[in-house]
Amino acid sequence: MLAKTTEAATHRDALGITGLSLAIGTGADTVPLLAGVTVRVGRGETVGLVGESGSGKSLTARSALGMLPRGARTTGTVTAGGVDVLGAGRRELRDLRRTRVSMIFQDPRASINPVRRVGDYLTEGLRARGVSAHAAGEKALDLLGQVGIRDPLGALRRFPHEFSGGMLQRVMIAGALSTEPELLLADEPTTALDVTTQAEVVGLLKDMQRAHGTGMLFVTHDLDLAAAICDRVYVMYAGRIVEEAAGSALFGAPAHPYTRALLEASPSVHGDRAVIKAIRGRPLALAESPPGCSFRDRCPLADDACAGAVPAHRRHGASTAACLRPEQVTP
Amino acid sequence: MTLTIPALRARSARRRRRRPLGLVLAAAFLLAVTLTGLLAPVLAPRSPDATSLLDSLAPPGTAGHLLGTDSTGRDVLSRLMYGARLSLIAPLGVVLLSGTAGTVLGLLAARAGGWVDAVLSRGMDIVFSFPSLLLAMLVVAVSGPGLLAPICALAVGYTPFVGRVVRSAAMQEGARPYMESYRVMGFGEPWVAVRHLLPNILPMLVAQSALAFGYALTDLAALSYLGLGVRPPAADWGSMISQAQSAILQGAPWSGLIPGLAVLLTVVSVNVLGEHLGGSIGRKREGA
Amino acid sequence: MTARTLAAWIGKRALGAVLTVLAASILIYGALRLVPGDPVLALTAGRRLTPEQIEAVRHRYGLDQGFLQGYLGWIGDALRLDLGTSFNYQTGVTSLITGRLGVSGLLVAYSAVLAIGFGTAVALVSAVKGGLVDRLASVAASVTTATPTFVAAIGLLALFSAGLGWFPATGAGDGFADRLWHLTLPAVAMSIAAFGVLARVGNAAFAEELGREHVEVARSRGAGGAAVIRRHVVRNALGPLLTVAGLLVASLFVGSAVVETAFGLDGVGSLLVSSVSRQDFPVVQGIALIAVLLFVTVNTLVDLALPFIDPRVTVGGLGR
Repeated sequence: MLAKTTEAATHRDALGITGLSLAIGTGADTVPLLAGVTVRVGRGETVGLVGESGSGKSLTARSALGMLPRGARTTGTVTAGGVDVLGAGRRELRDLRRTRVSMIFQDPRASINPVRRVGDYLTEGLRARGVSAHAAGEKALDLLGQVGIRDPLGALRRFPHEFSGGMLQRVMIAGALSTEPELLLADEPTTALDVTTQAEVVGLLKDMQRAHGTGMLFVTHDLDLAAAICDRVYVMYAGRIVEEAAGSALFGAPAHPYTRALLEASPSVHGDRAVIKAIRGRPLALAESPPGCSFRDRCPLADDACAGAVPAHRRHGASTAACLRPEQVTP
Repeated sequence: MTLTIPALRARSARRRRRRPLGLVLAAAFLLAVTLTGLLAPVLAPRSPDATSLLDSLAPPGTAGHLLGTDSTGRDVLSRLMYGARLSLIAPLGVVLLSGTAGTVLGLLAARAGGWVDAVLSRGMDIVFSFPSLLLAMLVVAVSGPGLLAPICALAVGYTPFVGRVVRSAAMQEGARPYMESYRVMGFGEPWVAVRHLLPNILPMLVAQSALAFGYALTDLAALSYLGLGVRPPAADWGSMISQAQSAILQGAPWSGLIPGLAVLLTVVSVNVLGEHLGGSIGRKREGA
Repeated sequence: MTARTLAAWIGKRALGAVLTVLAASILIYGALRLVPGDPVLALTAGRRLTPEQIEAVRHRYGLDQGFLQGYLGWIGDALRLDLGTSFNYQTGVTSLITGRLGVSGLLVAYSAVLAIGFGTAVALVSAVKGGLVDRLASVAASVTTATPTFVAAIGLLALFSAGLGWFPATGAGDGFADRLWHLTLPAVAMSIAAFGVLARVGNAAFAEELGREHVEVARSRGAGGAAVIRRHVVRNALGPLLTVAGLLVASLFVGSAVVETAFGLDGVGSLLVSSVSRQDFPVVQGIALIAVLLFVTVNTLVDLALPFIDPRVTVGGLGR
C-alpha cells in the first residue's frame, strides 16, 4: 500500500480542505457546525489551526480522517494524502488512516487502551497493514528511542498507567509516526500536559516532523504557540476561518480584530498595543452566530456594514482576513 | 465516533425527560394487583376453594370460568385473586423487616465507624455470601413448611442488600459539609442521623426495597412451588403453579401458566419501578 | 508486582474466603439451635425413635455438649468429608451427594454456558448496533431478568414438552447425547434469569467501553471494525463481565433445586428439596455447606483473576 505513494503524489499537498461546510440534524433541528472552511497543508509544512473551544477547529482536523459526527451532512471537498475523504468508502478510509494520515490527541491517558501494553499500541497500525510482528516490534523500538523514551525495550512491555502524561504523549507521537504518514494531525497535543513537559513535547513534535518530512496540522487554542512553531496559521471563529497569516507575521500584524483580541488577551506582552483590551462576551458557536460577521457583537470596530453579509477574505499585508476593515486592526 | 456537541446533548436530554410508557404500565399493573388482592372477597366470582370435579381443567374463556379451572375444578381467576394476598403480603413483610434492620445497621455502621463498622460490614458480607433461597430452605428444614419461618429467614438474608447500600450512602452523605455543621451546632448523633441523614437517603432506600420485594416474591413463590412454603388450604401463586404441574404435562397448562405470568409481571413491574426510582435519584445527584 | 506481594495477597484473599465459609458454617450449624424447644424434635421431625436412638442423635449432633463443642465436632467431621448420616436414607450424606453430583454438575455447566454465551452475545450486538436492536434487547433482558426459574420451567414444559413434544419432561437420560437432550430444557430454564442479567450488565459495560476515547483513537488509526471491538471493547469489558458471571454461576447451583424438582431430575438440588420437606437435617446441612463453599470459591477465584485481566487493578489496591 505504501507503494501507491507515487512520484506524482509527492507534488500535491498533504491536506487540502476547500469550502467545507458541515451540519448535523435535519429540518428544524439542523445545527450548522462549519461554514466554508478552507485549509491547506503542504508536504513538510507546519500549519496552525487556532481557535477557542467550540470554534470547530477539532472538527476540521478530524474531517481530514473522515471522522465526522453521526449524521453529518457536508459540502465542499477534503483531500488528504491524495484521497477524496468525503467521497471515500469504508475501506479507502481505513487504508488512509493506516498509511497516510495520523492523529495525535489531546489526552494521551484517555487515548491509549489502558489494558493493553504500550508495545501493542505502537504495533497495532503496522500489524493491521500486514507487517510481521517482528518487523513491527523493531520499528516500535526504534521510534521509542527516537522520541526519547529511556529503556525502550522495557517500555514496550509496560502498561500505559506506568508512564507519566508527557512520556505517554511521546508514545502516542511514536505511534502516530510508526506508519510514516505524510500528514500528522495534532489536536491540542500539549493541553493536558504539565507546563514543563509541554515545551519538550512541542519540540519533539517539530523535530520528528522535520526528520520524517511530514506535513502537520497543529490544532491549538494557544495563538502564541502556533505563531512560534508554524509556517502558516489559520484562525477560526464560530465555524469559519477568519484569518490566514504567516506565523512570523502574526504578532506584528494581525489582520482580523479577533486575532488581535486573542493576542491581547494572552498574558504575555508583545509590544505596544492599547486599542483592544479584552474580548467582550463569550465565544459563539456557528449555530448561534448573528447574520453577517460572526464576531461583530464582540468587535470594537463593528458597525452596521458588518451585519450585511459574511465578509469575504481579503488580502492585508502578509495575511488574508475575513474583515471589512483590516487596516484599522493593523495599519 | 463521539464528538461532544452541546446542541446534540441538549436534544437527547429533552428526549430523556419524557415519562416512559413502561413506568406507567408497571405502576398501573401493581395498583391493579394490589386492589384485586385487597378486594378479593368482593371481586372474586367464586370461592377459591370450591371444587367441582365435573368442571375440572376447563380452558380459559369457559362460561363462568373466565380463566378456566384447575385439575380439581377450582376457578383459576378466583384463586388468582385470593392468591395475590399471600403472594404480596409475605414479600412485603420481608421488605419491611429487612428494610428496617438494614437501615438501622447501615446507619449504625456508617456513623459509628471503627470496630462497630468492621464487625457489621463483615457480618453483612458473610450473610450476603449466603444465597437467600438456601437460607430459607435451611430454616424450613428445621421449622417445617409454612411462610413465617422463611419470611424471617429472607428478612435476614436481604438485610445486607439494604444495609450495605444504606451504609455507603450514609457515608457519602455524612461526609458533606452540612452534616459537620449540624454536629458543630451540638446536635446529637442519632438526631442528626434520623432527622437529616435518613431523608436524604430515603429515595435510594425505597428503590432498593422495591428490588428486594421482587426478589423476595420470587423466592417465596419458589418455596411454595417446591411445597416448602404455604400450607394448604392456604394458597399463593407459587402453590397454584405447583398444583398445576401434572395438568401441564397433560396438555392443560393454563392453571399453571396464569399464576406464573402473574408472578413474572409483578416482578417485572416492581423492577421497572425500582429502577426508575434509583435512576432518577442518580440523575438528580449528577445534576446537583 | 513482585512474587512476594502477589503470594501475600493471594494468601490474604484465601484466608478471607476460609473465614467466610467458617462463619457461614456456624450459621448452618446454628440454625438447628435457633428453633424454640428441643432441637432433637426438629431433627427427628416426628419420627418414632427409641430413647437409645434419640440419645445417639443427641450425641451425634453434639447436643449433649455446649454449642462450641458441638460445632467443632460437626465441622471437624465435615473437614474429613464426613457429613453425617441421612435420617431418611440411613446412608452417609457424603455418598448421597457425590452420587448425584454428575447430573447437577452437568446441568450447572450447561446452563452457565448458555447464559454466558447468549448473554454476552446479545449484550455485544445490542451495544454495537444500538437503535431498535438495543431497545428490543433491553426489554428482553428486563423480562428475562425478572423471570423466576420455576415460571420459566413450567413455561418451557408446557410449550416444548407437553405442547410440541420436542423434549422429554422428566428424567436425565442415558449416555452423553441423550443426557444433553434431557437436560436442555432444564438448563434453559435455569439460565434464563442469568442470561437477562448478563445481557444488561454486558450491554452497559460494552456501551461504556465503546464510548471511550481510545476506541475512537483506534478507529482513527485505521483499525478494522471487528478488531476494534475485539481488542479494545470486549477485552476492556472483561473484568466487570467476569465478576457478574461469577456471581451468577454460583447462584445457578441454588437454582438447580427448583429446576431439578420441576423436571424430575435426580440431582443434588432435588435431594435438597426433598430433604428439606422431610426435615432430613443432616442432608440439608451438608448440601448447604457445599453450596456456600462453591459460592465463595467461585467468587474468590474471580477476585483473584481480576488483576490479571485489568492491569490497573493493582494487587495492593485489592489486598486491603
